[in-house]
Amino acid sequence: MNDAGNEKIGVRLRATTVTTIILAALAIALGLISFCIGPARLSIPELVGGLFADHGTASIIAREIRLPRALLALFVGGALGASGAALQGLFRNPLAEPGVTGVTSCAGLGAIIALYFGLANVFAVPAFAIAGALAAAGILYLLSRAGAGLSALVLAGVAVASFATALTALALSLARNPYAMSEMVRWMLGSLKDTTLSELAVAAPIVAAGIFILMRAARGLDALILGEEAAQSLGIDLHAVRRRIVIGVALATGAATAAAGAVSFVGLVVPHLLRRFYGYEPARLIWPSALGGAALVAAADVGIRLVSPDEKLLLGVVTALIGAPFFVWLILRLRGET
Amino acid sequence: MTAPLLLENVSAAYGARLALDAVSASFEAGWLTGLVGANGAGKTTLLRVALGLIPMTSGKLHVLDFPRDHWSREALARTMAYLPQGSETHWPVRARKLVELGRLPYRQSLAQLGEADHAAVDLALARCDALQFADRRVDQLSAGERARVLLARALATQAQILLADEPAAHLDPAHQLRLMELLRDESRRGVAVIVTLHELSLASRFCDEILVLRKGRILARGAPKEALSDATLATAFGIRPLKPSAGEAFPVIPWQRVE
Repeated sequence: MNDAGNEKIGVRLRATTVTTIILAALAIALGLISFCIGPARLSIPELVGGLFADHGTASIIAREIRLPRALLALFVGGALGASGAALQGLFRNPLAEPGVTGVTSCAGLGAIIALYFGLANVFAVPAFAIAGALAAAGILYLLSRAGAGLSALVLAGVAVASFATALTALALSLARNPYAMSEMVRWMLGSLKDTTLSELAVAAPIVAAGIFILMRAARGLDALILGEEAAQSLGIDLHAVRRRIVIGVALATGAATAAAGAVSFVGLVVPHLLRRFYGYEPARLIWPSALGGAALVAAADVGIRLVSPDEKLLLGVVTALIGAPFFVWLILRLRGET
Repeated sequence: MTAPLLLENVSAAYGARLALDAVSASFEAGWLTGLVGANGAGKTTLLRVALGLIPMTSGKLHVLDFPRDHWSREALARTMAYLPQGSETHWPVRARKLVELGRLPYRQSLAQLGEADHAAVDLALARCDALQFADRRVDQLSAGERARVLLARALATQAQILLADEPAAHLDPAHQLRLMELLRDESRRGVAVIVTLHELSLASRFCDEILVLRKGRILARGAPKEALSDATLATAFGIRPLKPSAGEAFPVIPWQRVE
């Protein structure tokens, strides 16, 4: 009995490790494909050569266009996937996600405010975006502490998102120059087009720090399976868990949104699809969700460039087109369960 | 040795409402103590204050002879296990995983559980007769099975004090008896078990000692027969009970309201 039980656990552990390795391999492969795709017809040896040695145009394309875009896709997806998994664990609700809860729109609003005030430098935009994300996540946190139920939280997210969108529209109609206007549209809809190396250099470490902070809250998310009081009786500092998740989500989502604009629903879809492979355990889901999110955003960005080489189709549009029906389907399914 | 859990003049409030009013009580190792009282009498509050889930406004609380403030969060979690009311679980994890959460006070994560932890989990599952569905998902268990798994989770901590809030609520009679047996067994292993109950017959049948609470104060305490006297029941619950004679047994059936 006991041996059989242990063996089963062993098999399951190995199965989750294999799933994680597959996800990592998928993310790396899609990152490489993303690196190889673009309007300039360059062979793989030319690109790789250009990356490591100076080969004129090929080097400029490889180092300053393709590499930042491919890597940023991975970091943005990782940020959104991990944030979604952490928020779902905290609220114990598969509908929680940076986009649905209004965190992404507020981060976008922050970025747009920075632009509107003419602070279009590589540090001001992420700083404002993180501040916006922090405000939205903070509102959710206060609501949940005040005992708001799950549907109240989702509805509050809708209100926060609408408010941010309204302010964004206001900023748009007040924008003084057309360049700012087009940049703002890019932020509202999300795109990895024209990613620069400096954007990547700012976003990547902040995203990594955010995911690290989320991982530090993982233990608390497992304990929360039993509810808040039982979690506290297990020695979990609930305030610290909430604080870490709010800050981690704000950093990761804020930095990702500052660099790539509002990309929604990645944090909803990825944890949901992966949850069953990790025994529905919220702590173990964060890291795989980061990998899965990275793979998904890289895949979407590759798909966009294959389907519409002139990039009329924006990343945020694609994720919303897939994610919104998924969201509705999830709501219907959850209603059936309760 | 003094009692593992000792309260001296403990008061607690929810906002302006005093929920515990200078309660003094000691809870002995090896005893199953029942807390009974009407809704809002302060039963759950007493457990919450002991656990530090809500602050005391005054009084002293000692856990294993040390003031509770001297305990670290983790050490306290290893010493006092808590089974909250309502068998709340989120996410359809496997039953065994739920029980493993009882080992969190010893470990940084579930991934780091060692041999001793798995042994404690198996023992807790076996004691609650839950091994046969340990690998099932909790959302696929019956209410009675789930109650046993959640109790196993609390037992897996191997704490010296076990606090259970209405563990028998919403269970069928056989499962109520089963759960009370398990709690009594745990007390016989030397654990101080404190349990809030609405079913007075369960309290009288299983508890070594009963504390009757009324409006945040202790109205009566003692062996079931003394603590659940007619006068006490009239004051605490506003009822007159039916007490059919059953040899040594002492069933208490709420029968009539008294004004």
